[in-house]
Amino acid sequence: MTDDTKTLSPLDLDTPDKTHLDANELVINMGPQHPATHGVLRVILRLDGEKVLGLECVIGYLHRGVEKIAENRTYAMFNPYVDRMDYVAAVSNGLGYCEAVEKLLNVEAPPRAQYIRVILTELNRIASHQLWLGTHALDIGAITPLFYTFRDREEILKIFEKYCGARLTTHAFRIGGLQYEAYDGFEKDVKNFISFFKPKIDEYEELLTTNRIWLERTKGVGVISGKDCIALGVTGPVLRASGVKWDIRKAQPYANYKNFDFEIPTGENGDTYDRYLVRMVEMRQSLRIVEQAVAGIPEGPIMAKVPKVIKPAVGEVYHSIEAPKGELGYFIVSDGSTQPYRLRVRPPSFVNLQALDLMCRNQLVADVIAVIGTLDIVLGEVDR
Amino acid sequence: MIAKLKREYGSGMEALTYVGQNYMLVDRSLIPEILQRLRDEEQFDYCVDLTAVHYPKREKPFDVIWILYSFARNERIRVKTQIADGESIASVAPIWATANWLEREAYDMFGIKFEGHPDLKRILLPEGWKGFPLRKDYGILQQDNEWVQINLGIESGQ
Repeated sequence: MTDDTKTLSPLDLDTPDKTHLDANELVINMGPQHPATHGVLRVILRLDGEKVLGLECVIGYLHRGVEKIAENRTYAMFNPYVDRMDYVAAVSNGLGYCEAVEKLLNVEAPPRAQYIRVILTELNRIASHQLWLGTHALDIGAITPLFYTFRDREEILKIFEKYCGARLTTHAFRIGGLQYEAYDGFEKDVKNFISFFKPKIDEYEELLTTNRIWLERTKGVGVISGKDCIALGVTGPVLRASGVKWDIRKAQPYANYKNFDFEIPTGENGDTYDRYLVRMVEMRQSLRIVEQAVAGIPEGPIMAKVPKVIKPAVGEVYHSIEAPKGELGYFIVSDGSTQPYRLRVRPPSFVNLQALDLMCRNQLVADVIAVIGTLDIVLGEVDR
Repeated sequence: MIAKLKREYGSGMEALTYVGQNYMLVDRSLIPEILQRLRDEEQFDYCVDLTAVHYPKREKPFDVIWILYSFARNERIRVKTQIADGESIASVAPIWATANWLEREAYDMFGIKFEGHPDLKRILLPEGWKGFPLRKDYGILQQDNEWVQINLGIESGQ
């Protein structure tokens, strides 16, 4: 990046300076048990009155050592663990992991499996964005959207439950394809959901998009430039809202996304309001993908030829997908045995959270809540 | 690009491909220069990930890996180097700001020191924890019992 990229020096939290009002700067603690931190995130804020001078994130409260566990499980045994990272988008996690191992094995899931995978993954993206919208609006003070989004999210979770028996930690995919054939009426349920949900997005937008309080709380709040996003490795809707048109589904298509017609929304200002708009359009685009996919599910097998005991050849692979939060990558090193020698997860939430400091500087304390919400982090994925 | 770098650095680097993905093995001493050039001249402006792998039986037991992406080229590359236990490696936080937390995590899990990092300390594990869990000699059930006893007031975390 060029020289105008902001680099932030670490905060000195021990020696507060005098403020312009000749009062001491305040260092206060927020979290880890705080309803607006979406989990167990602790933030240490340094304040001049209401103004944030800087902050430091303290994370790791949910650390379970997922990468260490992976080294002690076989490839198939580790599959359900990935659901527990970003637990509101478990299907996406599973897609990334299965595809990474498939790449290592040099197999590809059959077309029918690919279509069902895309349908479930995009439905999960909608569910993830719904949860984001509900909680984000709730943090800012709008209570109604939470009830609306949770009511509608339930319809997606019902499809998941009918398909694989679980609502959240779905373990929907297997290495090489799918375990379960689509149930009778799957296509009808998905089509019903599409026609049910289309007007619901308008309903959300009616509540918020031109709402004066919403505009006041989100416009110009937590601004980040595209340049800073790239320097900080921020991906997903946050990057796109800052004007960088980049989505792995288009840039380096995986699964069978190249068969579908959809747009990548971008914003201009890189503020909280633009990120809101980008995610709203993403929900509509996901519906478009689901609509095309459900109309074209081919007949055929749902599982590729994968050996019972998965033993990839010696080698390493990095595979990443566009998860609802950004680039989710898996870096797997195989030593030729039944267990990964090393498995590294590149979590979007962890990397995006690093931008919180930059986005909150010179904002008000109340805006920190808005910015945490707009970054759409899941602490299970930050801490792994 | 890889051919050009290869010509210039000769035996200091090796270019390889596996399942269609390019990666380079680079000598530790050349790392700061090559990474800087990849960003400045070859437009690898996004550091996707930074991680390490532990091979306890090797003379230089750690692989440090940078995964880079270029928006202009729509291309990924991995850069890999080997370092000995206790040896440090130059921090890339001045090149890509995102490396700040990624290097802290690599330090936290492997104990690799990054020279020139603005604030190298543990990130996921608590400060004062002993041991580096992703090293191969660290057992899966192992914990820092002393830390657990002092800070949580229980005999063991197991």
